[in-house]
Amino acid sequence: MSSQGRQNLALQAALAAGLLALLWWLLDVTAANMAERGIRSGFDFLRDPAGFAIGESLLPFDSADSTLWALAAGLANTLRVGLPAIVISTLLGTLIGLGRLSTNLLLRALCAGYVEALRNVPLLLQLLAWYFVVTDLLPLASEALQLAPHVFLSKSGLSLPWFGGDGGLFDLPLRGEMGIAGGAALTPEFLALLLGLSLYTAAYVAETVRAGIQSVPRGQSDAALALGLTRVQLFRLVLLPQALRSIIPPLTNQHLSLTKNASLAVAIGYPDLVSVANTTLNQTGRAAECIALIMAVYLILSLLAAWLSAWLEHRSGRWAQRT
Amino acid sequence: MNQLVATRAWLRRNLFSDLFSGMATLLLLAAAVYWLPGLIDWMLLQAVFKADAGACQAVNHAGACWGVVAEKYRFILFGRYPHAEQWRPLLATALLLLVIVASGLRLSSRRSLLAAWALALPAFFMLTGGGSFGLTPVGSDQWGGLPLTLLLATMGMLMAFPLAIAVALGRQSRLPLLRGLCTLYVELVRGVPLISVLFLASFLFPIVLPQGVSIDVLLRVQAGIVLFAAAYLSETIRGGLQSIPAGQHDAAAALGLGRWQAMRWIILPQALRAVIPSMMNSAVSVFKDTSLVTVVSLYELTGSLSLALAGDAEWRSFHLEGYLFIGLIYWTGCYAMSRFSRGFESRVDAGGTAI
Repeated sequence: MSSQGRQNLALQAALAAGLLALLWWLLDVTAANMAERGIRSGFDFLRDPAGFAIGESLLPFDSADSTLWALAAGLANTLRVGLPAIVISTLLGTLIGLGRLSTNLLLRALCAGYVEALRNVPLLLQLLAWYFVVTDLLPLASEALQLAPHVFLSKSGLSLPWFGGDGGLFDLPLRGEMGIAGGAALTPEFLALLLGLSLYTAAYVAETVRAGIQSVPRGQSDAALALGLTRVQLFRLVLLPQALRSIIPPLTNQHLSLTKNASLAVAIGYPDLVSVANTTLNQTGRAAECIALIMAVYLILSLLAAWLSAWLEHRSGRWAQRT
Repeated sequence: MNQLVATRAWLRRNLFSDLFSGMATLLLLAAAVYWLPGLIDWMLLQAVFKADAGACQAVNHAGACWGVVAEKYRFILFGRYPHAEQWRPLLATALLLLVIVASGLRLSSRRSLLAAWALALPAFFMLTGGGSFGLTPVGSDQWGGLPLTLLLATMGMLMAFPLAIAVALGRQSRLPLLRGLCTLYVELVRGVPLISVLFLASFLFPIVLPQGVSIDVLLRVQAGIVLFAAAYLSETIRGGLQSIPAGQHDAAAALGLGRWQAMRWIILPQALRAVIPSMMNSAVSVFKDTSLVTVVSLYELTGSLSLALAGDAEWRSFHLEGYLFIGLIYWTGCYAMSRFSRGFESRVDAGGTAI
């Protein structure tokens, strides 16, 4: 073994020993602290009844159900707000990003204004503001705004026609003296979070899309126009396939940030994973376990997203070659 | 006459270049005519500017109630800091802002800027915390509002920076164990939401400290922000390090510089300069992220606004105006930072070094 190799090995052994010592010391201190404060550890609390209610849940949940099921309901709620927000922010963001490249000065200015306004204010503040607008400034349910036939918006949220009901294919919400009955109701918490996340992330998506399209050399557009392609053809056949390659990786990052930002739900009382874990933490005192669970779930989501992104990149590369 | 032709050409090019553009112009103008008067009415004409809750309620949201800002601005800006002593955080914030702006605009030589930082930071703590020069001590649990936001963001960036450089270098180390640890740290932190890191700082740090040692919550949360920011910043810096061509390493070695010397004098200066705009983006994120500490009960700007309004039945229905007010403060800070980074980019593009 060379002297360099021996030196490296010694350095790493020292590093490992130092780390182990630090870890052992931390665990020792933690164990002593926990013993003194009477904190128990372990994940057995997951099987105990949760003992708290969840405001709204996609999964059927009752306070007698286990804590693990409560956390699962929280994760389902995270995805319930995250997935639609991803779709809305991507569509809206793409439109705004294209708007920023428009030949029309007004449209360009409007889209630039949107991006600058939304991106430079903390998301938490925007969520609080949306939540306040929905719960305080909208009319009472009995005087709900009618946005479209059978679509009502009020302090109690948004009511939409939904499948099912007694009398037919659709269950239609109706406005009465006592508020709104029937249909599917979206709570104010869900609405504020969906709106806040979608609009905020759209600003970032817009910048990603704009940068991606601008990354295609200008000569490509000139050449395509010289060949007689229309602007739509130019966009669909020349710009988009090339731009997608540089758009997809940062776009996946935006979607991932959105999912992580959904944890701000805790500030407005939407029962997402982090809110439920926070409630569990306060009730059981198992801080380390609850935080570890939050982190583990998000890490798994990140890994899944990275894998999906790589697959999409691969696909878009093939698509670009084919067209 | 020429003027007219030029104007027409400009209009044509920018507003009516084709059917779609023309329709967009007309539609946007129509929307402006439809919405703008109402907005101006709400913001200015019907708005109440006096700190008069009765007048605000009489207007009943037909106009904005800026009176809420006039009434509560000291609480919003300084949180629970003792009223009579609020000149201290004000002065501290002004000093710190001055140094930040002077550094951003390079108003002075590097040496005097460093000296200014070395004075401004201790001065901030001395003024805000008190306890010396006859100032009454004010515990960090009473700090709040804008000074706290600025402190968390500035210290967050300043302390994350060296850590980020260390981690970025660690990821290029020849020791696989060190490389692995640095990668683990970066990927772990970037994979989880900031809130979970703040929970960690607020709930878990006290349990892992030896008995008798207690760190106050401000410091713990600051540590959480630093750890979080450093992971993102180190990825940025790593990108900068990778952008330096191998020839630079070779040339440094040929000149007889050792690995560390080459890093210190040749590679790092170029790598850091290359990523200044991305680092400014990190700074913007950290500044915005400080608003999350309200979740773990520190009352910075966002938290102190809720504190100021939530418990006050007279004013609580005017939250929106309060949100707009602090939104404007955040916006100004973030916009200034992103303008700075864009200006820097264009200076670099214009040719060569910008510093």
